[in-house]
Amino acid sequence: MTYTQLAVLGVLIAIVLDLYVFKTKLLRRRVFWVSYSIVIFFQLVTNGILTGFGIVEYDGAAIIGSTTPQNEPPTFIGDGRLVYAPIEDLLFGFSLVLLSLIIWIWLGKKGIQREPMAGPPRKSVHRFLGIK
Amino acid sequence: MSKFAYLSVLLGCLVGTAWLEFFLRTKVYRRAVRLILTILPVVVVFSIWDAYAIAQGHWTFDPRYVTGITTVANIPLDEILFFIVIPICAILSFEAVRSARNWEAGDEETK
Repeated sequence: MTYTQLAVLGVLIAIVLDLYVFKTKLLRRRVFWVSYSIVIFFQLVTNGILTGFGIVEYDGAAIIGSTTPQNEPPTFIGDGRLVYAPIEDLLFGFSLVLLSLIIWIWLGKKGIQREPMAGPPRKSVHRFLGIK
Repeated sequence: MSKFAYLSVLLGCLVGTAWLEFFLRTKVYRRAVRLILTILPVVVVFSIWDAYAIAQGHWTFDPRYVTGITTVANIPLDEILFFIVIPICAILSFEAVRSARNWEAGDEETK
């Protein structure tokens, strides 16, 4: 299978695990989508470094875009890439993050270190978070 | 740029999210058992994917920028650490949002 196929499959499996197997239903929660939007921003930054400098290189046969060129960075946006990284990486990242949170929440539901729960934020960051 | 380029990115991720544990009281590192039990299966599942992708040549690593230490199935140590660091960052972000907004996440005590 190509990376494109595996990446789509990975997302589908993660969705099924969340909604029907572990029933964590994170995909229906605001806390998931807000934190995922923060994560995806930083993924673009860090993955941009890994792929833009050619630390990780891709074979054009496995992705929508073309092979990472030698001695120059890949396309910044376009040719199946977003901030140097193949768009497949966004799907890979989504399933990595979702699977991690599914297991984390599932363990909490089972009572494994449910406590201490997160929060509250320290007073010193209240203004920064818009907390009155 | 050096053999520690990949590791430096991962270190940046850890340093960049560490403040959440203190200022938003995410209590993720404090729940170390739950964190380790979460990470273990993630590392296993994604290492299998990584091993297949490496074997098929989907992606390769520039030997100048990775430690050169390989683990099972030709997976660079750097990659294994990636599958540990990214889940930690994701969980910290998730618990930080929950802390800041007091939103339900599904693992609360049911009354």
